[in-house]
Amino acid sequence: MIKLFKVKEKQREIAENANGRAPVKKQSAGELRLNKDISELNLPKTTTIAFPNGKDELMNFEVTIRPDEGYYRGGMFVFTFAVSPIYPHEAPKVKCKTKVYHPNIDLEGNVCLNILREDWKPVLNINTIVYGLHHLFTEPNHEDPLNHEAATVLRENPKQFESNVRRAMTGGYVGQTYFTKCTC
Amino acid sequence: MGESTGRWRDLDKLLLRPGNIVSPNFEPGTELRDDLQTYARVLVVGAGGLGCELLKDLALSGFRNIDVIDMDRIEVSNLNRQFLFRLQDVGKPKADVAAMRVMERVSGVNIIPHFCRIEDKDLDFYSNFTIIALGLDSIEARSYINGVACSFLEYDSDDNPCEETIKPMVDGGTEGFKGHARVILPGKTPCFECTIWLFPPQVKFPLCTLAETPRTAAHCIEYAHLIKWDEVTTKSSFQFCFCHSSSACSHMLLIMYILFQVHSGKSFDADDPEHMQWVYSEAVKRAELFGIPGVTYSLTQGVVKNIIPAIASTNAIISAACALEALKIMSGCSKTMSNYLTYNGLAGLHTKVTEFVREKDCLVCGPGVLLELDTSVTLQKFIELIGEHPLLLLSKPSVTYRGKTLYMQAPPVLEEMTRSNLKLPLYDLMDKVAKDVIHVNGMTSKNDTKQSCLLKLRIVFKGIDGMTDMDMASGA
Repeated sequence: MIKLFKVKEKQREIAENANGRAPVKKQSAGELRLNKDISELNLPKTTTIAFPNGKDELMNFEVTIRPDEGYYRGGMFVFTFAVSPIYPHEAPKVKCKTKVYHPNIDLEGNVCLNILREDWKPVLNINTIVYGLHHLFTEPNHEDPLNHEAATVLRENPKQFESNVRRAMTGGYVGQTYFTKCTC
Repeated sequence: MGESTGRWRDLDKLLLRPGNIVSPNFEPGTELRDDLQTYARVLVVGAGGLGCELLKDLALSGFRNIDVIDMDRIEVSNLNRQFLFRLQDVGKPKADVAAMRVMERVSGVNIIPHFCRIEDKDLDFYSNFTIIALGLDSIEARSYINGVACSFLEYDSDDNPCEETIKPMVDGGTEGFKGHARVILPGKTPCFECTIWLFPPQVKFPLCTLAETPRTAAHCIEYAHLIKWDEVTTKSSFQFCFCHSSSACSHMLLIMYILFQVHSGKSFDADDPEHMQWVYSEAVKRAELFGIPGVTYSLTQGVVKNIIPAIASTNAIISAACALEALKIMSGCSKTMSNYLTYNGLAGLHTKVTEFVREKDCLVCGPGVLLELDTSVTLQKFIELIGEHPLLLLSKPSVTYRGKTLYMQAPPVLEEMTRSNLKLPLYDLMDKVAKDVIHVNGMTSKNDTKQSCLLKLRIVFKGIDGMTDMDMASGA
């Protein structure tokens, strides 16, 4: 192999920058796969996606869910997605930007969805996550609580839970916690 | 060259004598030894446990031109296994100290340190090296360097890799008593991305387990790290607002603010000892609450930074294997290992070489499909062409070029943003380069079933070959 490099070294001296390769941005395998996921998105009609950093920076984006049934009908919830360069080996980091009264989402926006952490597999994609998030709003689950109080209310008094959700979404206090309005 | 007779005696046994299991282009002789010292340029990526060993091994194997790149500074905890560092070096850049120490001990070797991130260097920097040796601890960094090395690879019109564009890599890795060493010759042996499935998925605990039913010390630590940190961040900024509005109790609130200000509004930094200490003390509180034993500071570091205890002997063995492969690749004095060595010294000793195969359609190291185009072809026309191309038959394709999104079929917001590109010539969209790689994804029909796929295409523009390009460059 060294012979080749010897020859190459001599050629380099003759023709510096002959191939005219412009210094360009490198694209990670993760970015390529994400591009594919994005271009194949088949979102439910209650969901929209936005790219705050423009068309050439797709690794960070926002998904807005407007549930059309269940406790959260009429609300509007924004999730931020941060995708790593080794996606899909690693799941995207998803947070809920909207403060929400929800058994599986805490007040800091952490989301308890199995496919985001322990059950993530590289065959899953952005679409699966969006459907998973959507499912959290149609079927909030008191068995995997992140917001303990909300989970208890949902389990013991669904009527109260429904009215708490309403109050939080229209802007107001549930217990000690203030929620800003998020209805659309 | 009197010094070399004695000094390179062992190396000469490999380089000066013919053999039966040498590589086909091996030409033994002193010229080979001299060329190796003059023309081989090795880049060592990482100056940690493996990197220190690699630098020493390569320098002692006769390599003279070595660069080392590392973004970290020396910590006390490194000293038990990173033998190039001393107590008084703590806080200094690893690359600088490692380079200096090896140069002090091995005469004639020139090591250039680079104290920066691997992403900070451009492609030209990496193209200068004849071989890259990796002593890294993360998948991200390996994947990045692999992408860089593979980006130099070119294929001829028959999809055979052009020998002179192959940037060989040797990759080492250790985890306690286990380790691997592998040889990557892009285009010939599987690249890092071809075999990324070899890595087990990271262990992640469900957030609700952390929040509700912690059972292990690691659960308590992850609770402090992932949930409690953000909680306090939000609350402390809230309390800070109070400070301003109510002067009567501002004194007490100010104290509270000081207590919290370690990370008020800051995102967690695993390399900041104060942050780590905070997570540790919160994890201890959590563990006490649930009666869970075993939270220690070092376990906290281990869980948060994903640290596995490093064993000096494993590093030495893996590094030796890597340095030897580097010598073999460069000199041809023996066939290279084919292509993945695993080592396990946990119970007795087990070691094995496995020959992995390349991913035929690997997006990073594969040849992709060669397409010759006129410079006048618009993106719209290009999309039609790849729909009709017998090897592709790609319908509804989206197109990206080196991080630039040229066209997206969906979602509508991106389609709209990229639609105006359709009427532009692809040549212009690709910054008027004579040839380059472009990626497309879409649907292809195989046996009447539609399948989504992501493909690499090698675009060559007619009439703008390397020669004219060179003329233009020299004329300008």
